[in-house]
Amino acid sequence: MNEGTSTSAGGASTGPAIVALRGVSKTYDNGTQALAGVDLDVRAGEFLTLVGPSGCGKSTLLHLIAGLARPSDGRIAWWDGGFDATGREGRRIGFVFQSPTLMPWASVATNVRLPLDLAGVPRATASAAVAAALARVGLAASTGDLPRQLSGGMQMRASIARALVTEPDLLLMDEPFGALDEFTRQRLDAELLDLWHAQRFTVVFVTHSIQEAVFLSTRVAVMAAHPGRILDARRVDAPYPRGDAFRLSPAFAALAQQVSASVASASVDTPPDTAVGAPRR
Amino acid sequence: MMSDRRLSLLRIGAPFAVAVIVLGAWQLLVTMNRVPPYLVPSPVLVARTLYADRVLLAHSLGVTLGIALTALALATLAGVAAALLFVQSRWLEMSLFPYAILLQVTPIVSIAPLIIIWVHDTWAALVLCAVVVAIFPIISNTTLGLRSVDRGLLDLFRLARATRWQTLWRLRVPSALPYFFGGLRIASGLALIGAVVAEFVAGTGGQGAGLAYQILLAGIQLNIPRLFAALVLIALTGVALFAATVGVSRLALARWHESALSSES
Repeated sequence: MNEGTSTSAGGASTGPAIVALRGVSKTYDNGTQALAGVDLDVRAGEFLTLVGPSGCGKSTLLHLIAGLARPSDGRIAWWDGGFDATGREGRRIGFVFQSPTLMPWASVATNVRLPLDLAGVPRATASAAVAAALARVGLAASTGDLPRQLSGGMQMRASIARALVTEPDLLLMDEPFGALDEFTRQRLDAELLDLWHAQRFTVVFVTHSIQEAVFLSTRVAVMAAHPGRILDARRVDAPYPRGDAFRLSPAFAALAQQVSASVASASVDTPPDTAVGAPRR
Repeated sequence: MMSDRRLSLLRIGAPFAVAVIVLGAWQLLVTMNRVPPYLVPSPVLVARTLYADRVLLAHSLGVTLGIALTALALATLAGVAAALLFVQSRWLEMSLFPYAILLQVTPIVSIAPLIIIWVHDTWAALVLCAVVVAIFPIISNTTLGLRSVDRGLLDLFRLARATRWQTLWRLRVPSALPYFFGGLRIASGLALIGAVVAEFVAGTGGQGAGLAYQILLAGIQLNIPRLFAALVLIALTGVALFAATVGVSRLALARWHESALSSES
């Protein structure tokens, strides 16, 4: 982790690889090839974003990294487990889905406590961790509420609190703010970045918004579809903490332009106007 | 948008108005045309018979209700147990589910005589018939519910390495509750139908005479007002059973499920 935190200029990608994918392909039972020959290292402490058009296999890649799906071909190693070994044992992986995925029958606190309950953490310890996680995402006042009593943005915060409550080694986020309005999304982006900057867990974040990718990441991996593959991965060398000033800076525009260009270069079957990265929803 | 108050007033008031109109017209037609009571008794006569035969009918109602409620309880227990088994293994479900369907599609009147011959105790035989009729919606709805789990939540449980038991108890069972209560609602009516049909087939008289037997007997004796009175009791029992299951389901799901929420929350 030392290498990861030594520079404030987004140099976190110099940490050791905690997930290594080599020649990973995924073909579904119905014959669709979601991913072909993906090589990727996820480095400790980095904020890596996978960006690309619909159908480029971003979500599939995230599920493979989580160990929720198996590659049809190729190898994945987690931490020091070595290839085809159980490197995930004893490691905590947090997952935030596109939708909040909360249990509608349980209170916000019970939802957030779920990973701890499943791991058999004693109730007193768990409750303290839940209170801390809820405070971190600004939901301390909604502890006893049911999910349906919260707005979409607040439900997403609860979902993030649930992913953070175990203090995960790796946080995977699958277009977590894609369904939210632009204002809420930008605010949550900024809050997420503050959390990450303060705690330095490792994040792999999936989005189809180039702006969001550039704003958040230490490294952006651009993906293309048919078949899903990684075109290139580039570092975003801008200092943290990042705020609205960064969003409006020429450096931001230039980076977004570069990422757009590499998306566009491979999007033969995607009209150029959809490849610019404006959030489409 | 109608306010909640007006909506609930309408919900009670409208069917009540329909009942008043229909019963009024019925009474009027029977009296004006001097229809003999052994063809169609007037509502007033049926009400009077209901009061005059109250001891006899109350006893029979107790018998029928006892059979239906026992059957509903057993069908719930056995149906939920079957669904829990099915959801543990696709293999088991695929082997056994067709037989559950077979049980459902075979008319109860055709199996009831066999059950009554095979089961020595008549009361138990009647209960068993009603269970056979009522169990299917419980099995099928609960199985569907236990399987209709949010994919994301299931992934989350896998990611946390939850045990099979944790996934069942903390995720599948709560997810299945709305489906289960839907099944229970249908089963409550079916349990009563099963009980009545089985009584018809068995023709149990004496102490064990249920409402169906009273209908059978009243038909033979051309005591049509009593036949109607028993019929009214069966219908009211069915409505009461339905209302009770709706109430239980509201209580259980009120906090979170859409089906139990009022329109304004």
